[in-house]
Amino acid sequence: MNAPLSGPGSATQTPGREPARSGLPRTSRTARHHAPITATGLVAKVVLLGLVAGIAIWAAFPLVEAGHWLGLGVLAATTAGLFYLYLGRRHIPAKYLVPGTLFLLAFQVLPVLFTASTAFTNYGDGHRGSKDDAIVAIQTSSVKQVPGSTEYALTIATTGDPATGDLVFLLSDPKTREAFAGDAGGLRKLDAADVTVSNLSGKVTAADGYTVLTIGQASGRSDAVTALIVPTDGGAIRANGLTRAYEGKAARAYDAGCDCVTDDETGRTWTADEKVGSFVAADGERLTQGWKVNVGWKNFGAVLTDSNISGPFFGTLAWNFAFAIGSTGLTFLLGMAIALALHSPRMRGTNVYRVLLILPYAMPSFAMLLVWRDMFNTDFGLLNNLFGLDVDWFGGTWSARIAVLLVQLWLGYPYMFLVATGALQAIPAELTEATSVDGASPWQSFRAVTLPLLLVALSPLLIASFAFNFNNVNAILFTTEGGPFAPDNPRNGATDLLITYTYRLAFGAQGAEYGLAATVSIFIFAIVATLSAVSFRRTRKQEEVYS
Amino acid sequence: MTTIAQTPAARRARGRWFAQVGWRHLVGVLAVLFSLFPILFVISAALNPLGTLSSTELLPTGASLENFTNLFDRTAFGHWFLNSLLLAGVASFASIFLSALAAYAFSRMRFAGRRIGLLTLLLIQMFPQFLAIVAIFLIFTTITDLYPGIGFNTPWGLFLLYMGGALGANTWLMKGFFDTLPKELDESATMDGASHVQVFFRIMLPLVAPILAVTGLLAFIGSINEFIIANVFLTNTESKTLAVGMYGLVAGERNNNFGMFAAGTLLTAIPTVLVFQLLQRYIVSGLTSGAVKG
Repeated sequence: MNAPLSGPGSATQTPGREPARSGLPRTSRTARHHAPITATGLVAKVVLLGLVAGIAIWAAFPLVEAGHWLGLGVLAATTAGLFYLYLGRRHIPAKYLVPGTLFLLAFQVLPVLFTASTAFTNYGDGHRGSKDDAIVAIQTSSVKQVPGSTEYALTIATTGDPATGDLVFLLSDPKTREAFAGDAGGLRKLDAADVTVSNLSGKVTAADGYTVLTIGQASGRSDAVTALIVPTDGGAIRANGLTRAYEGKAARAYDAGCDCVTDDETGRTWTADEKVGSFVAADGERLTQGWKVNVGWKNFGAVLTDSNISGPFFGTLAWNFAFAIGSTGLTFLLGMAIALALHSPRMRGTNVYRVLLILPYAMPSFAMLLVWRDMFNTDFGLLNNLFGLDVDWFGGTWSARIAVLLVQLWLGYPYMFLVATGALQAIPAELTEATSVDGASPWQSFRAVTLPLLLVALSPLLIASFAFNFNNVNAILFTTEGGPFAPDNPRNGATDLLITYTYRLAFGAQGAEYGLAATVSIFIFAIVATLSAVSFRRTRKQEEVYS
Repeated sequence: MTTIAQTPAARRARGRWFAQVGWRHLVGVLAVLFSLFPILFVISAALNPLGTLSSTELLPTGASLENFTNLFDRTAFGHWFLNSLLLAGVASFASIFLSALAAYAFSRMRFAGRRIGLLTLLLIQMFPQFLAIVAIFLIFTTITDLYPGIGFNTPWGLFLLYMGGALGANTWLMKGFFDTLPKELDESATMDGASHVQVFFRIMLPLVAPILAVTGLLAFIGSINEFIIANVFLTNTESKTLAVGMYGLVAGERNNNFGMFAAGTLLTAIPTVLVFQLLQRYIVSGLTSGAVKG
């Protein structure tokens, strides 16, 4: 029972355990060797392997086209492995495990490993790409309109689809009436014969080979318009609104000699710091555009020691436990109480009760969470209306927490009611009758017989429910969104779980900090894994899980 | 369990009835009220001709199907509904099949790395998949470039991703179900010359079918409610699922669209509630029997 859990093969070789069972595979394997190949089995094998081959060929072409040789190698190796496995008669367990494992590796293990490696970097807003990317971004974003710089009338066009095609600036110089086309690749002069320029506005209204966007289409893509910078000899051309553009000069330039960026106007310099992945000035000011570097254990240290992060972290951890225990415990208590109340041979109509009671569990929970959010609304929410209250439910720390737990109770207790009913029916009536014959009160009989038996049957479900609620994103995101927030700390709210806190770190308005978010994910993983391991060992003492 | 004090002698009979049975009905009625009042509110909102949150009362004040017609006219609800049904249906079926295969191997065969495999599954399952969303996003950006058909804004990309979680979510539960079946069944079939494939499809699967249906239903409900990852994957209006689309409905226009949202909630609930009521007896027996074994 307590054999070490490590080492492949220990399951088969644990001495002295169930000799009868460990003899099974050998006999069955020899038997399987003699099992005849059926026609249906053969057809299924041919069809499925044909499907695998077809998918592999379909997947290979884009890989070849894009020159992803590593990907092509993995694809070829996987396909060959599948053929080897399913054409041979050996490795029977692998035949059942491989299909799910392939998906598991590609879409679960790979992202998890990638996330874990991100935890050691500063990856996030301002630190996304390489150093060269950062230099280009710094230079082009410093383009400024200087006095005397050329202004153009701007028309936004594309060579592709108006909604998705790459944008092109059609520019006309009001003084010379020359027309140009510019994109991220540079500026080209257009032949006057191919272009129609409006006399009234001086704008290009049509050009051969280009589709001109209407103002509506252009304003729908205004982010792309602002982002498009046309490099020129002396600087770059940028849009100023949707109808005008100017040619400006880059105020900041990178010098490889000193590995620094200098601002021409102010003369300030920022020197590259490879440790933090930023250009840093002498007084410590950083340019917002940096690059991705490895920071080692810095993020882990920050979670534990930086009071801005560790303060919320441990506070959130405590509430996270309270939420998971509260959700699981309250739903279990209420569900069990109702199951006990309805569990009586003299009760009629229990089926009607049951059908109505479990409705909350069958309703789509994402929608009901949003409905509850609106029922808690201060001004026109149902709860305040119904009871004549004027409570700002999500505004106060404790009212918000109570509200969240109440919603969880409503959503979760029908499930507990169902499983508790099932477990109660499985307890032999003789046991409780025997206690009453011995003179035990109903309460004593419940404490001594019914509850322990219920807990044995339901503890795995309770653990699963706890683990689910520990990371129950929807419960928070759809109701309080983590709030209420303290005025001085917009990062972390009173009802935040670790997971919603991490979500906000990674994608919140504060700017994405993927590196830090990945670190917090690892902490969450470690906490949940430890808890489950402990509870798992405890339940394992009761059941033979590994048999 | 009947600890309530007896009422005085005058109404003794009725008092005894209350002490033994009546209070149970009282508890049942209170519980039903608690269960039903938010649902009643949703029905009332869906029938409310004004369609706003502020004008909705607990009990319906009018009966109009305007919210339902608006839902289909003004939003892509039909698309969302079909997307969700397709995605959740295919994903839950396939994931149950994948984990049944793995559970069969874990339950009935002994091989090197079996115990490690089981423990690894347990561990991986504890890493919340959506925390890896940045990595998933980057992986699927590449996939979308190479194979647009299974990339963003298609149900298939999301389907592949859900399959990644199939083994972790259900294998343990399912292994528990398989363990409850007596080994003599498949041993005698093997003696009679059945191959391992025949044992799996002809003997094991039919025996656990009701439980598979329940697990499948729970997986189905799980996919219908999945929001975070779907929200990143599906940005085109017509490719959204119910959770993503309906969240968008009340994210901005919270008050005005509430009637449409409530109507959508009711329509979303129809398939799950129906199947749920059909399967509830298996849920009771299935979940507890599988759970006891691990």
